[in-house]
Amino acid sequence: MTVQELPGAGASHRSPQPPAWSPRTDAAPLLPDPEPYRVLGTEAADRLDPELMRRCYAELVRGRRYNAQATALTKQGRLAVYPSTVGQEACEIAAALVLEDQDWLFPSYRDTLAAVARGLDPVQALTLLRGDWHTGYDPREHRIAPLSTPLATQLPHAVGLAHAARLRGDDVVALAMVGDGGTSEGDFHEALNFAAVWQAPVVFLVQNNGFAISVPLAKQTAAPTLAHKAVGYGMPGRLVDGNDIAAMHEVLSEAVRRARAGGGPTLIEAVTYRMEAHTNADDATRYRGDAEVEAWKAHDPVELLERELTARGIIDEAAIQAVRDDAEAMAAALREGMNADPVVDPMDLFAHVYAEQTDRLREQAAMLREELEAEDQA
Amino acid sequence: MAQALTRAMRDAMAEDPTVHVMGEDVGTLGGVFRITDGLAKEFGEERCTDTPLAEAGILGAAVGMAMYGLRPVVEMQFDAFAYPAFEQLISHVAKMRNRTRGAMPLPITIRVPYGGGIGGVEHHCDSSEAYYVATPGLHVVTPATVEDAYGLLRASIASDDPVVFLEPKRLYWSKADWRPEAPAAVPGIGKALVRRTGTSATLITYGPSLPVCLEAAEAAREEGWDLEVVDLRSLVPFDEDTVVESVRRTGRAVVVHEAGGFGGPGAEIAARVTERCFHHLEAPVLRVTGFDIPYPPPMLEKHHLPGVDRILDTVARLQWEN
Repeated sequence: MTVQELPGAGASHRSPQPPAWSPRTDAAPLLPDPEPYRVLGTEAADRLDPELMRRCYAELVRGRRYNAQATALTKQGRLAVYPSTVGQEACEIAAALVLEDQDWLFPSYRDTLAAVARGLDPVQALTLLRGDWHTGYDPREHRIAPLSTPLATQLPHAVGLAHAARLRGDDVVALAMVGDGGTSEGDFHEALNFAAVWQAPVVFLVQNNGFAISVPLAKQTAAPTLAHKAVGYGMPGRLVDGNDIAAMHEVLSEAVRRARAGGGPTLIEAVTYRMEAHTNADDATRYRGDAEVEAWKAHDPVELLERELTARGIIDEAAIQAVRDDAEAMAAALREGMNADPVVDPMDLFAHVYAEQTDRLREQAAMLREELEAEDQA
Repeated sequence: MAQALTRAMRDAMAEDPTVHVMGEDVGTLGGVFRITDGLAKEFGEERCTDTPLAEAGILGAAVGMAMYGLRPVVEMQFDAFAYPAFEQLISHVAKMRNRTRGAMPLPITIRVPYGGGIGGVEHHCDSSEAYYVATPGLHVVTPATVEDAYGLLRASIASDDPVVFLEPKRLYWSKADWRPEAPAAVPGIGKALVRRTGTSATLITYGPSLPVCLEAAEAAREEGWDLEVVDLRSLVPFDEDTVVESVRRTGRAVVVHEAGGFGGPGAEIAARVTERCFHHLEAPVLRVTGFDIPYPPPMLEKHHLPGVDRILDTVARLQWEN
């Protein structure tokens, strides 16, 4: 039986036509190209800016060294924990390099390197992970929001800040970073929706590094790519090779330019890979095989760029050595900074809860002071 | 009271261009309770903004706006609708000053219409204050009078710390001799007020229960009880001294609120009063609270809400004999 043959489906019983409706936006321009955008090793590399690429290379090598040093510091007990970005340095560095001074970076807990590449003192950047204070810097001074441990909750902050800046007529773009796991959170959805409705000058950078601790992307989302999620909010989505710093820089710069010009937000998915475990507390061998890790090793962000720039004569052995020496000096300074025991003041516990301490906190502060004095005398 | 709240936002917006009102339906409609009526018209949609329907997004965006130097006033349409925003509230709003060692205070006012007694269906009548008072870094205030609605909201918007501003829904339509052309100055956040002096016992209360307590105090005169009524006005900070002074004078105390008793603010208040007034007390500190149940359907709420009779019965128990 066809629909026409069903009883009551004749023309005389048909409902009136619903009001005319059409989508508000043509979805096609918002759809990402499902192949990650690449520059290195393609014809697009012919137009590389040598000066910019030398800078990128130096920052990548420093970033790799920074990751190694921070991981070593966890083994020495100087850091409570360090979520490594080995393999993801191109994303971290590009995010920092595309921003102007007045722009804001909203990092997740994994994005210490982006904050350092933006110019934050490495020791200050690590106070959260060392445990002497939650945020070791003034966010306004550096225009870097505190590293956010709850997933995706910093994304609406980026939207609000960018929106506020635009209301005030200031030329400010906010770049917010989140991992693949974070895209499943409600705050991710709400932030993208707000940003698109408000046309806020925000760039959302998703680092899809394959795993949310141990859970692979396939168990995280059924979307074709994370960049495809953009279409549902009415913003463009871009898919980019997260290990290709030239591609990352180009795509992020374009999104920042668009935001600055009043074109609204962009969602960028950087396809990359976390070479090390989630943190030093995690055992990655339980959820992934060596073959997969080896395959990604062949697509290392530092080597990709080094090969391209060497082949094009943009850097040579001497330049590479100079960059490595510089990175080594940075690591030595970081070691020295981290080996000094941080000075903590127990009375700080009560200092920054409210603008003015409540009676309750004054009472508790007095109790602690007495305990400390008793300890001193003992 | 509704008018006083509107006036408080209007005056704050007129005086300070960084004050922004935002929430669901606050613009064109003027809020489901019309508390933001006229603000969008007077100050434009950029200063009084209809947001997408998403409480975490609203409060999260307000955090970013405050980080950039604005003073957002956020409306959470109903008490139970604020729950999706709890992660933003607890992990970021309450802690940002602390996380940044004082470098980044967040002057956000979060207006939450709360409590029952209006015949609302479920998820519209919760007394959620216990969640807020348990979160360090937040101020929690609640007006019970028209003057306080204006004065406390002005003080909240002016505060450099986040304030959860609990609006007793059933007092929105309460009338009082209030002259909006010259709003009276009221003590700011953190000060309790003795609303009625008495000698036999102290009723300690706040928000929607204040009028009930005042009525109970009048009724108690027939029983020979002269009750003092203290309106806390601010749950955090808690004005212990005003409460303690009163209880030491009267020797007896009852805490009254709509929220459930177990783990409710009354438990903390009773504990503190006991600690500081033990030798002055003629009887244990008693509580009259909502039952420890999910908020009941409208036809049953009168059995749940602390009323005059339940308060009087409890006051009678203060003639303590073991």
